[in-house]
Amino acid sequence: METKNVMIVGVGGQGSLLASKLLGKLLLDEGYDVKVSEVHGMSQRGGSVVTYVRYGDKVYSPVIDKGEADYIVSFELLEAARWMEYLKPDGQIVTNIQQIDPMPVITGAMTYPDELVKKMKDAGVKVDALDCLKLAEEAGSAKAVNIVLMGRLSHYFDIPRETWMKTMEAMVPAKFLEMNRKAFELGEKA
Amino acid sequence: MKELMLGNKAFARGLYEAGCCFVSSYPGTPSTEITEEAVKYDDIYCEWAPNEKVAMEAAFGASLAGRRVFCGMKHVGLNVAADPLYTMSYTGVNGGVIIGVADDPGMHSSQNEQDSRHHAIASKVPMLEPSDSAESLEFVKIAYELSEEYDTPVIIKMCTRVAHSQSVVETAERVLPAKKAYEKNIPKYVMMPGNAIKRHPFVEERTRKLAAWAETSKINRVEKGGKELGIITSSTSYQYVKEIFGDSVSVLKLGMVNPLPVQLIKDFAASVDRLVVVEELDPIIENHCRALGLKVEGKELFPMEGEFSQNLLRKAFGKDIPAGKAVEDQIPMRPPVMCAGCPHRGLFYTLSKNKCTVLGDIGCYTLGAVAPLSAIDMTLCMGASLSAIHGFNIAGEGENESRTVAVIGDSTFMHSGMTGLANIAYNQSNSTVIILDNSITGMTGHQQNPTTGYNIKGDPAGKIDLEALCKAMGFNRVRVVDPYDLKQCDEAVKEELAAKEPSVIISRRPCALLKYVKHNAPLKVNTDKCIGCKSCMRIGCPAISIKNGKACIDNTLCVGCGVCSQLCPVGAFE
Repeated sequence: METKNVMIVGVGGQGSLLASKLLGKLLLDEGYDVKVSEVHGMSQRGGSVVTYVRYGDKVYSPVIDKGEADYIVSFELLEAARWMEYLKPDGQIVTNIQQIDPMPVITGAMTYPDELVKKMKDAGVKVDALDCLKLAEEAGSAKAVNIVLMGRLSHYFDIPRETWMKTMEAMVPAKFLEMNRKAFELGEKA
Repeated sequence: MKELMLGNKAFARGLYEAGCCFVSSYPGTPSTEITEEAVKYDDIYCEWAPNEKVAMEAAFGASLAGRRVFCGMKHVGLNVAADPLYTMSYTGVNGGVIIGVADDPGMHSSQNEQDSRHHAIASKVPMLEPSDSAESLEFVKIAYELSEEYDTPVIIKMCTRVAHSQSVVETAERVLPAKKAYEKNIPKYVMMPGNAIKRHPFVEERTRKLAAWAETSKINRVEKGGKELGIITSSTSYQYVKEIFGDSVSVLKLGMVNPLPVQLIKDFAASVDRLVVVEELDPIIENHCRALGLKVEGKELFPMEGEFSQNLLRKAFGKDIPAGKAVEDQIPMRPPVMCAGCPHRGLFYTLSKNKCTVLGDIGCYTLGAVAPLSAIDMTLCMGASLSAIHGFNIAGEGENESRTVAVIGDSTFMHSGMTGLANIAYNQSNSTVIILDNSITGMTGHQQNPTTGYNIKGDPAGKIDLEALCKAMGFNRVRVVDPYDLKQCDEAVKEELAAKEPSVIISRRPCALLKYVKHNAPLKVNTDKCIGCKSCMRIGCPAISIKNGKACIDNTLCVGCGVCSQLCPVGAFE
C-alpha cells in the first residue's frame, strides 16, 4: 500500500510525544513499516511542536511535507490552522478546540484568529473538532487530552478497538489505566 | 525482536550489543538520548562529563585500559573536543573508540549549522553516517571493528532526523570482547614531536587503507535503477531520494563519508548519463567528485542551508509539488518561551529594568533575549559570556562596567565558564558575573552536572560548591539571591555593578519543571482591583494574558511563583 501520513501537532509540553509513540507502536504491531519523527530540545519550551508518523509497506522519508498528510491530529486549535497546509486536499483534521495564546497574542502584538474551525472547513478540508480538555477532565485528568484524541482518531482507522486498548495498556502506567480507558472512550464517543 | 526505536536509542543499543563498557558524554540536542539510553544498560558505565573535551579524553583513557568506549556530543561540542580528537587520530586506540556527533541542519536547537564532516576530514578520522535507526545500530558494530583493526577512533555522525526519528530495528544479544591488556608504548601514546613525526605517516597510510576498504565495503552500496540519472547521497538525504524516486533511478548510498571511495564513484558515474549529489549542508561529496574530474551537479540544485525534505527534492528535480490549503488569517508565531515559574524570569526582568548590557550564554536562559524581556545582547558559544565581558569591560575603558553583566547557567559554567572566570580574577577586569543556578542542565531535558550533587543515574555524587569555588578564585564579592524576589535581585545587581571590584551573583532556584520542586497554588486575579495597567505583562509569562482589559491567569500553567504580583501596583494578584 501507499505510505499514509499522520501529523501530530500541538504546543510543547502538551503530551504529543506519548500520542506519537502509541500510534507508532500500534501501527508496527499491525504489521506496517513505520517511521516517527520528533523534535526535542529548544522548541519544546512552549513552542509549536510537530511529530510525523508515517506507515505503509516501506517508508523512506521520516518527515511529512506540505500537501502530503492524510490526517492532522492537533492538540490546539491555532496549531491545526498553522499546519493545515500539510494536509492532502481530501485529508482529515482531528483537533482539540482548546486555545492556548502564543506570546505575540499574550503581548497584544497580534490577535488569536476567531472562528478557526469554520474557516478551515470553508477552505475545503474536513475538520472533526472536539473539546478534549473538557473530556479529559471528565475522565479524571487534564493530562489525558492525548488519549482523548487517540480515541477520536480510532474512528478513522480500520484497526480493531481491542488493539488500540491493548497498545495503550502497554504504554501508560497501571495506576492511570482506568482513567485513560475512560478518556479513550470519551474521545471515541464524542 | 523487531522494535520501533529512536535513532539515538538504536545507537545506544548498538553500543550495548557491541560490548561497549564506558560512556562519557556532555548533553547536547540532538545527541543527548544516546547516553541517556546507554545508562539504562547496567553493563555499561555511563557518566556526564563537565564538557566534551573532558568526555573524549576520559573515553581515550578508558580505551587505553582496554575496553570499547564511547563519547557523545552535538556538532558544536566536537569543536570543544577538537583538541583531543586531532591528536587521538595520531595515537590511535587500544580498546575501540567511537565518537558520536549529532549535527542539527535547520538549527532546531543550535546556534549554528556547521557540518561535522569537516572535522573528520581535517582530523583524518573515519566517519560513518547512518540513515535510519537500523543503520545506527549496525554502524556501531562496524565502527568498533574498524577502530580496532585500523587503530583509529571512528566518528559516527547523526543528524536531527536520524537521531530523533523512530524506525524499525532488530536487536541481538550483547557480545563482550575480552579486555585488552594495557601495554606501555611511548612512541605510540606520547605525542611529543619526535614521536608524533613518526605517527603522521601512519595516519596517512591508514587513510589510504580505509579508502581502499571503502571501495568494497557493503557500507557503501549501489542500488541499480535507470541509467538516465545517478544520485550519490548519504544519511537522511538518501531517504528523501528514495521517497521521490523509489527504485527508478540509480543510487550510490554512502555509509562512510570519510574517507570517500574513488573507483566506486568513478564507476558509478560512468554507469549513468547524469550525476547528481544530494547532501545537506556543505558540498563535501560533490567536491570530492569534482576533484576526481567528474561532471556532477549538486549545490546549483540544492541549498547549503537548512534541512532537506521530499518537496525540496521534487522542486530541484522538476517534479510536481503537492499543495495544501490554508486559512486566510495570519497565524501568530509560537516561538519557544521561558516556562511559567522559570526562575530565570525574575532575574532577567531585573536586568531589563536596569537597562543592563547582558552578555549571554547557551541554555534555556538564552530565551531571555525574546520580547518582552529582550534582555540579552550577545550569545556566541558555551562559556563566551564570561570571557567576553572581560574584553568588553577592558576595551570599554570604564564606560561599560557599571551597566554590563555576564549571565551563565550552572551547567554551562562547569562546561567552560570557569576558565573565563579565572581570566577575570587573574587579569582583574571590574566585571559582574551572574551564575543562573537552576540546579540542572535545563534545555537538553534535565541532565545532572557537577554542581547538582547527583550523577547520571540520579545517585548521590560529588557536588561542587559554587560560592567556595568563586571565592577560591579570588572573588571577594560573592552573593546568592532568590530570583523570585525582585527586590533582592534589584539590590544585588545595583550594588555589584557599583562595586569597584569583580563580583559574582549566584541566582539560585531549581528549575520549575523538576519533579521534586513543589509548586504553589495558581494565583488568581481580583478583577475588581485590576486596573489593566499591564505591568504584569512586562515579564513575558505564558500564564498571564489580558482578557477584556484585565489580567487573566491560566491556572493550568501558573505555578504560583509570585513574580507578577510583585509588579502589580494595586495588589490584584491573590
